[in-house]
Amino acid sequence: MRRRLPFVLLCLFLALFVLGVTLGEPEAVFEKAVAICLSCIGVG
Amino acid sequence: MDLRRWVQLVATALTNAWWLFPFGGPVIYGGRLKSVCAPGLNCYSCPAAAAACPIGALQFALASIRPGLEVGRHHFGLYVLGLLGTLGALAGRMPCAWLCPFGLLQELLHKIPSPKLAVWRGLYPLKYVILALFVVLLPALVLDEFGYGATWYCKYICPAGTLEAGLPLLAMKPSLRGMVGPLFYNKLAILLLFLVWMVASRRPFCRVACPLGAIYSLFNKVSVFRLTRDDGKCVRCKACERVCPMGVAFYEEANHTNCIRCLRCLKACEYGAVGYEIAGSPPPLPAKARPADAP
Repeated sequence: MRRRLPFVLLCLFLALFVLGVTLGEPEAVFEKAVAICLSCIGVG
Repeated sequence: MDLRRWVQLVATALTNAWWLFPFGGPVIYGGRLKSVCAPGLNCYSCPAAAAACPIGALQFALASIRPGLEVGRHHFGLYVLGLLGTLGALAGRMPCAWLCPFGLLQELLHKIPSPKLAVWRGLYPLKYVILALFVVLLPALVLDEFGYGATWYCKYICPAGTLEAGLPLLAMKPSLRGMVGPLFYNKLAILLLFLVWMVASRRPFCRVACPLGAIYSLFNKVSVFRLTRDDGKCVRCKACERVCPMGVAFYEEANHTNCIRCLRCLKACEYGAVGYEIAGSPPPLPAKARPADAP
């Protein structure tokens, strides 16, 4: 189990990553990241 | 300068590769690379940032779940969570040591000569409280009348955002200065507290308050790459603890949640007691011969 667990976790999170990409989440990240975030500045 | 410092510098330069803003370009970068999350803590509103901040992106995803569902957009932050989980499952907190610009800043500030202080271990769990409350629960559960949450960690705590985005943007855009109020001064105080603490202590922000490090740390004991300690060789000389940028007592616990896999202990141990393994198996190449191993 000690040897398999890292690869089980790796596959699980890779699957989540692929699912997120399939759902179009990178586009949402992009939309947020290209606008000035007033919260990050501390004024929003 | 050692290999890790070079990697840190290159990673910081790549994460902040947009240098047209002083020359009449857009104030912040708006290219497609911004859909990719950096592996370290780096504010995406920093004028030089070429990638997104994973903690900011995660909060935004959680804060937008309800309005997204109402328009048929099923976004739950799986992209960011999957990315961070994949990196964590591969190497635990290794990105903190090798790829995080804010980690590099802390190590450089700690080189300033000053009285040096230890960080009280009782503060270590605080980063998990910050992760659970300010990154996950409050953004997901405290919603405005339109169903949107706020990015609580960015808004009330993040010193990286204040340093990399707040101060530069206030300097570059006078129109923002009129909006400065208690919120900004609160964040500025947090930043100043950590900057002073970074001079006095080794990586205090990483050890106490970083939610990204908290996520990666959950994988330290179960990642593909792990450090190992040979109890037969360890003489508890504490050389590993002295060189560790996180102050981890490796002779007490290998793969502590604060171990960032910088590998300085591997070099510092004269007895060959520190090694590493790949998914529970010894490395394909034998570790370098140590003085203690020599006939």
